[in-house]
Formats: sequence, C-alpha cells, structure tokens
Amino acid sequence: MLFHLAWATLTRHRSRTLLATLGVAVSAAMLLDMVMLASGMRTSLRNLLLSKGFQLRLAPKGTLPFDTDATIPDASNVIRVVRTIPDVTAISPVLGGQIHVTIGARTTTATALGVEPAVQGDFEITQGRTPAAMNELVASDDFLRATGARIGDTLSAAAGYDPQLRSFTGRRTLVLVGRAHFLYMPAEQRAVGLPIATLQGMRGADARDRASLFMIRVRDGADVDTVLHRLQAALPTVTAVSTETAMRQVDERLSYFRQLAFILGAVSLAVGFLLVTTLVTVSVNERLGEIVVMRAIGVARRRVVLQIVVEGVAIMLVGALAGLALGLVTARYLNSILASFPGLPAAIDFFLFEPRDAWGALALLTAAGILAGVYPSWRGASLPIATTLREEAVG
Amino acid sequence: MSDADALLNARDLRREYHMGGELVRAVRGVSLCVDRGDYVAIVGPSGCGKSTLLNLIGGIDQPTAGSVTIAGERIDQMSDAQATRFRLRHIGFVFQRFYLMPALTAIENVELPMAEAKMARDARVHRARELLAYVGLGERRDHRPSQLSGGEQQRVAIARALANKPQLLVADEPTGELDAKTGTDMIELIAQVNHDGTTIVVVTHDEDLARAARRVVHMRDGVIVDDRRQDG
Repeated sequence: MLFHLAWATLTRHRSRTLLATLGVAVSAAMLLDMVMLASGMRTSLRNLLLSKGFQLRLAPKGTLPFDTDATIPDASNVIRVVRTIPDVTAISPVLGGQIHVTIGARTTTATALGVEPAVQGDFEITQGRTPAAMNELVASDDFLRATGARIGDTLSAAAGYDPQLRSFTGRRTLVLVGRAHFLYMPAEQRAVGLPIATLQGMRGADARDRASLFMIRVRDGADVDTVLHRLQAALPTVTAVSTETAMRQVDERLSYFRQLAFILGAVSLAVGFLLVTTLVTVSVNERLGEIVVMRAIGVARRRVVLQIVVEGVAIMLVGALAGLALGLVTARYLNSILASFPGLPAAIDFFLFEPRDAWGALALLTAAGILAGVYPSWRGASLPIATTLREEAVG
Repeated sequence: MSDADALLNARDLRREYHMGGELVRAVRGVSLCVDRGDYVAIVGPSGCGKSTLLNLIGGIDQPTAGSVTIAGERIDQMSDAQATRFRLRHIGFVFQRFYLMPALTAIENVELPMAEAKMARDARVHRARELLAYVGLGERRDHRPSQLSGGEQQRVAIARALANKPQLLVADEPTGELDAKTGTDMIELIAQVNHDGTTIVVVTHDEDLARAARRVVHMRDGVIVDDRRQDG
C-alpha cells in the first residue's frame, strides 16, 4: 500500500514527475560521465600497457618510451644483459623511424616500427601474417588506404633521409604480408611494422644496433619491482620504467583532469539532490492536509516518512537509470571526439565504462534521493495534527 | 450511568496555546463522559472551543491539563507513536473537508487504515467493499476522489473511518461542505452508523445533525454551558 500510494502520488502529477526525472537523468548522465572520465584514461592506458603482458620498458636515459627521438645504443648487449636477469621471460626491442614507400609516381610517408616479430607487442595482425623474413612488412589500414597497396604487393621503401645529400640511407624492396592494428598509435596513423634489423639497416649508421625501446615480460608471480631494480643496476645508461611507475607519472599529469571531473561530478550530484529535494518539498507542502490526516487516522510517522522518501528515491532511481543510458551515449560521442586528439593511441579511451562506476553512481544517486526525501517528509510528518488541520481549514 | 460504563471520559480538560503573541484559552476545564453506543453532538458558536475539544478527545491534540480516557486508556499520557496506534485501532475520524488521498481510488482510501493495521490484502479488500456498499457507494469504488461529489467523498471518508471497527467515531462538521439534500443523507448515514453500534461524537453547526444526536452538548467560551439528552 505504501509503495502503491507513493507511485499513485507520483503519477498524479505526471508532467512534474517527468520533468524532475529528466532533470535527474541529465544530472546522472553527467555524474556517470565524470566518473568514467576520472578513471577512464588511466584504466585504458594501464590496460593498453599490459595488453601484451610486458610489465617493464627500457627507454633512453631520462626519457619515457617514445618521448623523444633518442635511441639506446648497443642494443644487442642490452638484450644479452637483460636475458641474464632472473624472472625475465621475454625482451622485445623496438626501433621507431620513418619510412617512405613509393608506388608509381607517389611516395607515401609512414611511421615505421622495427620489431622482433616473434616477441613483438606493438601490433596485432588483422589479416595476413606476421613478417617472417627480413624483406617482409605489415601495414595499418590507413597506410593501405593511402597507398592502395594490397597484401602480396611488393613495395619500394626507403628510410634515413639525409637532407645534405638529399638521399635516403637505405632502400629496400619489401613484400606486404599483412594488415595490422598498431596498439600504441593514433587511429589515423599510417604505420608499418617490419623486422628491426631491416629498419636498422635502412636507417644507416645512425641506427646501427640501436633501439628506441625495449619491452620486457616478467614471469607470472615474480616481483616486478625487484626485476626493475636489477635492470637499473645492470644497465645504468637506460631508464627502466614499470607499468606502475608509468601509471604514477600519468596520474601526476592527469591529476588536474581528475580533479575537474570530480568537481563536475559533485556538482551534478548536488544538482540532482537539490532537484529532488525541491520536488519533494513542494509536494509535501501541497499535501500537508493529506499528510496530517494520514497521521490522524493512525498511519505511523515513520510510514509517512517512508512513503515520501520512496517517492524521492523512485524519481532518483528512474532518473538515474535513464541517466546511465544517456551517460553512455554521451560518453561514446565525447570519446569519439577526444579520440581524434593528435598523438594519442587509438586504444586510449577517455570515458571507460566499468560496471563498478555505474553501480557507484547509482548508489550515490540513491543515497542522495533518500537524503532529499528525509528532511521534508520528516518535517511534514512531524507537524502538529490539530494545528495544521486548523491552518489548512483557514486556507 | 457511572463512569465505569463510559467509553470516553474527559476530566477537567484545558487547552491553551499562543496565537499572535496572545494566550488563547480554547478549552477551560471541560469534563465530558460519553457512554458506549451514545451519539453526542457538540454545538456552539464559532471559536467556542468545540473543535479543540474534539481534537483532544480524538487524541490528535494534547491537553494543557486534564485527562482523556477512552476504553480505559489514558490517551493524554501516551507517546506520539502509542497515540497513533491507539487512533488506528479505536478511533475513526471524519473531517469537514473529507481529506481523502486524491491519488487513491475510493476503495484504496478505505483500505488504507486496514493496510496500516497489517490486515491481509484479501480481507481488507473484502471489508472495504462491504463498507463502500454500506455507505451506498458499492458501484463507485474504483473512482478517485476528484470523480466523486462532495457527498460521495464524505461517504468514502466515513467508510474509511469505520475500516478498523473503531469504538469511537469523531466527526468535525461532517455536513459543513455539503448541500442541504446531501447533508440530510449524511445525517441519516451517521445515525445508521450509531444505530449499528459505533459511539459517535460530532461537532457541528448543523441544527439538523444536532437534532439527530441522542445528546447535545452546548459550549461557549471554552466551557460546557448545557448538556442534555434529546427525546427519540
């Protein structure tokens, strides 16, 4: 009966209830988006870094991976040293650079990643296969679109442009063997992947036995920090970064971002709370006569309070559920805009949906709905019955 | 008849409150004893304290001094929760302005006190139907208050007041918002309720309603100035 009366009261003023619910929905959508925004980038970056199981990265001293064009010399020695460290199960060297592919009269420039195909963690093959020979490469969708090349085509490629000599240091004929999705690159990036030795050779003396980055996989259950310290001790000329270290640095850089999201989320919650408080207060004030008569005929005060609180919670819950759906739609739209931000890997999401966040937002809104209803309903249910009836009668 | 036979026994009731900075003595030492099955009309000019007395008798207001005993229970000494429970089980209320829940249908309004008393749904629906038939609204049970006339709303209010089979029914100007014809019907209904065993105390300006009572109590300036039984 209590729930029925709450429902009947809400549906009696359909327009007002609908408008309040929509207001809560907008507020809930914004709250969810802010919660998703506060943790989305961090979580998706972490997922990306760990997606291929590499927990450690080695970068040139004083830099972060691919932060600069600097490279690590004596790459083969680094690999040898790393392999001697206990608990290391794989090391994947990566050399970055540019490659120029000529098809007919047109030359297309692309980012090239030189990798060890057997252990690489930079791309996933979506069609064809991984390069197996020194003269094979894979390319991104955007590269294939730009060049019109197809799997099986032979391409003329050059790298290591010398502006003084106005010539490339290395030219090779390469066979396109696959289409790949490059994990750390922006969506619209033209990219190719090929054996690191091939790219080193094409870039000439500057890149001989050099790598931009090493990715290191550690045995499951091993202490990553211990391996990190051993790497730092064994290779003082490089910077070793664990995923956790990288995340801490990312956290520092994103702290303002998160604060902004937190503040906007809190404002959304406050708006939702005030909206429901206002609605419940207006509703209680309109129904003072009914409320005190309920008390007069023997309805317990806590039941009257509960009935009114249920009304507030119902608006919050329905609004919140609609808001969650609206929040997901707006998050997807906003994500598509932000994803085109220059230089960001396509796999990074600004708004990442996690059920825990949705439950959290729902719980916050429900708590706000309860709080919003408690004060006005308690006030209404605590009014002196006889005095209120007399005042109601006077008008 | 002795006090021991009384359903309601009010002793030296006083009710004072402040209004606009002035002390109002609404009820100034009223004693009233109402027997089981009696039908008492309290009459008097506006502001004489009759509605305040009814509120004290009904347990929705607390006396400044004095006592109210109903069915052997001192309701003036009860906590708010105890008084609420007592009203639910023992007192039915009818108000001048009906005060039905506008969001509920007629039958749901009648069910409300029974639901609060934890009566099983089937049983309360059955009793609500019986009560609505009793007050002549068996066919209009699914109508909302806004779809009912004033007289019909007051009939629903009476059915609601009788829901938990109260020993005492208190009514404050139950014909006050009704036209003459509907008021006459209401007077007959209230008399029927009394005839069927419910003790009634009614406050009214309506001479016809007062004439229908077995006993009329006249008040003036917060005190009872006349109290007499009527013939018939």
